[in-house]
Amino acid sequence: MSLNAATDKSTEPSPVRRLIAWRKRLDRFFALEGLSVMILALLVLLALLGQLAFDGLGRISWRFLTSFPSRFPAQAGILSAWIGTMLVMLVTALTAVPLGVGAAIYLEEYAPKNWVTELIEINIANLAGVPSIVYGLMALGLLVYELHLGQSILTAGLTLAMLILPMVIIATREAIRSVPPHIREAAYALGATKWQTVRHHVVPYSTGGILTGMILALSRAVGETAPLITIGALSFIAFLPHPPWQSEFPFISMQWLLDPFTVMPIQMFNWVSRPQEEFHVNAAAAGLVLLFMTLAMNALAIVVRARYRKRIHW
Amino acid sequence: MDVAVLLHAMVKRTAVSMVASRRRSQLQEKGIELLLLASALTSVAITIGIVSVLAYESFLFFRQVSLLQFFTDRQWTPLFAEAHYGILPLVSGTLVTTGVALALAIPMGSLIAIYLSEYASRRLRETVKPILELLSAVPTVVYGYFALLFVTPALQHIWPNLPGFNMLSAGLVIGIMIVPYVSSVSEDAMRAVPLHLREGAFALGATRMQTALRVVFPSALSGIIAAYVLGVSRAIGETMVVAIAAGMQPTLTLNPLEPAATMTAYIVQVSLGDLPHGSVGYQTIFATGLMLLLITLVFNIAGHVLKRRYRQVY
Amino acid sequence: MSLIATSRDVLKIEARSLSFYYGTLQALREVSIGVYDRRVTAMIGPSGCGKTTYLRCLNRMHDLYPGNRYEGEVLLYPDKVNIVGPNIDPIEVRMRIGMVFQKPNPFPKSIYENVAYGVRIRGTSSPIDLDGVVERALRDAALWAEVKERLHAPAFNLSGGQQQRLCIARALATDPELMLFDEPTSALDPTATGRIEELITVLKQRVAIIIVTHNMQQAARVSDYTAFMYEGRMVEYDRTDKMFTNPSDKLTEDYVTGRFG
Repeated sequence: MSLNAATDKSTEPSPVRRLIAWRKRLDRFFALEGLSVMILALLVLLALLGQLAFDGLGRISWRFLTSFPSRFPAQAGILSAWIGTMLVMLVTALTAVPLGVGAAIYLEEYAPKNWVTELIEINIANLAGVPSIVYGLMALGLLVYELHLGQSILTAGLTLAMLILPMVIIATREAIRSVPPHIREAAYALGATKWQTVRHHVVPYSTGGILTGMILALSRAVGETAPLITIGALSFIAFLPHPPWQSEFPFISMQWLLDPFTVMPIQMFNWVSRPQEEFHVNAAAAGLVLLFMTLAMNALAIVVRARYRKRIHW
Repeated sequence: MDVAVLLHAMVKRTAVSMVASRRRSQLQEKGIELLLLASALTSVAITIGIVSVLAYESFLFFRQVSLLQFFTDRQWTPLFAEAHYGILPLVSGTLVTTGVALALAIPMGSLIAIYLSEYASRRLRETVKPILELLSAVPTVVYGYFALLFVTPALQHIWPNLPGFNMLSAGLVIGIMIVPYVSSVSEDAMRAVPLHLREGAFALGATRMQTALRVVFPSALSGIIAAYVLGVSRAIGETMVVAIAAGMQPTLTLNPLEPAATMTAYIVQVSLGDLPHGSVGYQTIFATGLMLLLITLVFNIAGHVLKRRYRQVY
Repeated sequence: MSLIATSRDVLKIEARSLSFYYGTLQALREVSIGVYDRRVTAMIGPSGCGKTTYLRCLNRMHDLYPGNRYEGEVLLYPDKVNIVGPNIDPIEVRMRIGMVFQKPNPFPKSIYENVAYGVRIRGTSSPIDLDGVVERALRDAALWAEVKERLHAPAFNLSGGQQQRLCIARALATDPELMLFDEPTSALDPTATGRIEELITVLKQRVAIIIVTHNMQQAARVSDYTAFMYEGRMVEYDRTDKMFTNPSDKLTEDYVTGRFG
C-alpha cells in the first residue's frame, strides 16, 4: 500500500485501512470495558455503604454505644463488644509489634545467608497465606486447652497477634530496607557497633514505615471474626471484663486478661444470623461502627506515612 | 624521646581500657542478637504449632473414622445420631464458592489492572487505587451482611426461586472482595514491565489493547499468576461471608443456586455450639482444618511452580 | 618502590604484602606501603585499580559484607598492632580511624547531633564537654562560623559542600589517629572543592591523612606523598613532587601524563 492512498479519490477504503479502523474500535471498546468494570467496583462499594447506612444509621445513638446486648433488639447495644475489641487489640499490639519488629531487624541486619535464614523467610511467606480460621484452630488446641488459658482476652489477643505477625514483619522489613546503605556505613565508620547502628539509626529512620505497617495490620485484626469464634468468643456478654486496676496492692490487675469477652465483628455476626429483622438493623449499625473504626485506622496510617515522609526523605 | 615513650604508654593504656569495655559490649551485642533471633524463630514456632495441633487432633479423628470413608462418603453429618464423615460436601461447597468468586474476580481484576497500567492517566490511577484499597479494608463480616441482605434479594429478582441462603451470592461477594488483591498485584507486575518492550510493539503499529494483551500481559505473567494465587488463597480461606450467606447445610452439589456449607463455615458452626473437648465431633473441625490447609498449600505450591516457570528477567 | 622519607617523617600505618579478596576475586595484590603521620598521602590510579578497596581495608569496612578476606598485614603505629589480624575487633579499629565518604552522608539529624554522635557512642555524655567538643570539631572543619547560629537545624538543609565539611567535623570529633578520605570532592562544585582542599592542608598538622582521588591535579595540590596503583598492585610510591615531575616507572609516567586513565 502506498502512502498516496490518503490522496486516492477511491471511495472504497482499502483493506488495511479497514483493519486499522476495526482495531481502533476494538481498542476503544476495550478501554470502555476497563473503565466500566472499575465503575462497577465503585458502585458495589457505594451499594455496600449505602445499604449499611440505610439500614443501620438510625440505630446509632449514644445509648447504642453504651448498652449491653439484650434479647430485645431495640435495647441492645455494643458496649461490651467495642470494649472487648479495644482490650483484645491491646494484647495483640503488645505481642505482635515487639516480636515482628525484632524478627524483621534480625532478618535484615543480622541474619547470615544460610539455610536457617531461608527457612525462616519461606516460613513467613507461607504463614501469610494460611487461612485465618486455621490460626483459630491452632489457638483452640494449644492456648485454650493445652496451656489452659481458656476462652479469654489473652487467648484472643495472642491468636490475632500470630495472625498479623507476618504482616508486621514484612512491612517492617520494607521500611528497614529503605534506609540507604551509606547511612549505615557512616555510623559504622565512626566505630558504632551493629546494635548501636540499628538502635540509633536504622530503626529511628524507618519509624514511619514501621508505624504504618503496624496500624494497617491492626486494622486487619479489628475485623477478624473467624479465629475468635473458633476459640470460643461468646456473643452474649452482658458484662464488662475486670478493670485493669484494683484497690489493693499492687493496684494493677491482670484479671481482665483471663475474662471471657466479645468483639465487634462477632456481635455483628450474631445479630445478622438472627431471623428477626430488628436485629438486622442492629447488625447494620454495628457494621457502621466497625467500618468507621477500620477506616479511621487506615486514614491514620496514611497520615502517619505522609508525616514521616516529610521529615525524612532520602 | 621521653615524650614519645609517654605518648606510647598513653595510647597503650587507652587501647587496653577500650579493649576491656569492648569485651563487655561484645557480650551485650551477642545477647541482643540472640534475642532478635528468638523473635524470628517464633514464626517457625507458630508453624510448628499449627501443624502439630492439626496433625494431632486429626490423628485422633482418623483412629475412629477411616480415611476411605472420609474421602468417599457423600454425606457430612457428624452431629447426627447416624453420623457420616464424608468431606466431599464441604470440599464441593468450598470449590463452588471459590469458583464463582474467581469467575468474577479474575476477569474483573485483570481488566482493572490492565486499564490502570496501560490506559489510565496518573490522576485517574491515584483516584481509583485508594477506592480499591477501601474495598479490601472492609471487614468480611460486613461483606457477609451485604451478601445476605442485598445481593441475595437482588438476585431473587432474576431467579425468584433462589433460596435465601445460596452459594452464588456468597461467591459473588467474595469475588468483589478479592478484586483489589488481584488487581493491585497484577498491576504492579505489569508496571514492572519495562517501557521499551511496549515501545517496540507501538513502533510496529500495535494498538494499546494489542500491546497490553500480547506483550505486557505475557511478560508480567509470573507476577499475574502470583496475583491469581493470592486471590485463590483468600477465597478458599474465606469464612464469614459463606457462614452468613451460604447457609450451613453441607450439601454435595455443584449448583451455585443452592445453599451449602464450606469447610470454613462448618468449623464456625461447630465452634458456635458446645462440643465437648475430645469428642469425635470436636475432632472433626481439626480434620476439616487440616484438609483446608492442605488444599491451600497445594494451590500455593502450584502457584510457586508456575511463577518460576514463567518468570522473566528483563 | 623507594620510600624517600625525611628524617622527621614518622610511620603511622604500614601495609605489608596486603592482599584482599572479594570472595574468590583478588582485588589487591601484595600491596606494601608505609603512610606517614601528619602528612597527606594521595592514592591515584585508574578506575578499578584498587585504591578505594585499599582504603576500606584500613578501617575494616569490608567486614560489613560477607565473603571478604584479608591476607598479609596492616600495622598501625605506634603500637604496631596488625589491624587486619583475625583477633582484632573491627569496631576498635574504626574507633581509631576516621573516614569521609565520596557522597556526603550526614545523618538525618541536627548538625549538632551529627557531630556529637561519634563522641556519644564513646561514652562522653556530659553536656558541657559535648558542647565544647562539637564546637572544636566544627571549627577544625571550617564550618563553625556558618552554622553556629543553627546548631540544632537539620543537617539536610546544608549545601553539598557544607554537608561534606559536616561529615569531616563528625569524623574529627572523635580525635582519630588517621583520617581516610574517599574521593571527598568528586560530588562537589569547584568552590566547595577548594575549601575542602584548604581544610586538608590545615588538618594534616594534627593527623595522618590518606586521600583517594581520581583527580591528579588535586593529588598534586594537596599531598606530600603519592601512591600510584594499577590493577590491584602498588606500582610506585614517592614524594609527590618527584612522582609528577620525574616518575621512576613508565606506567606511572603514562598515567600521570594522561596517556591512559
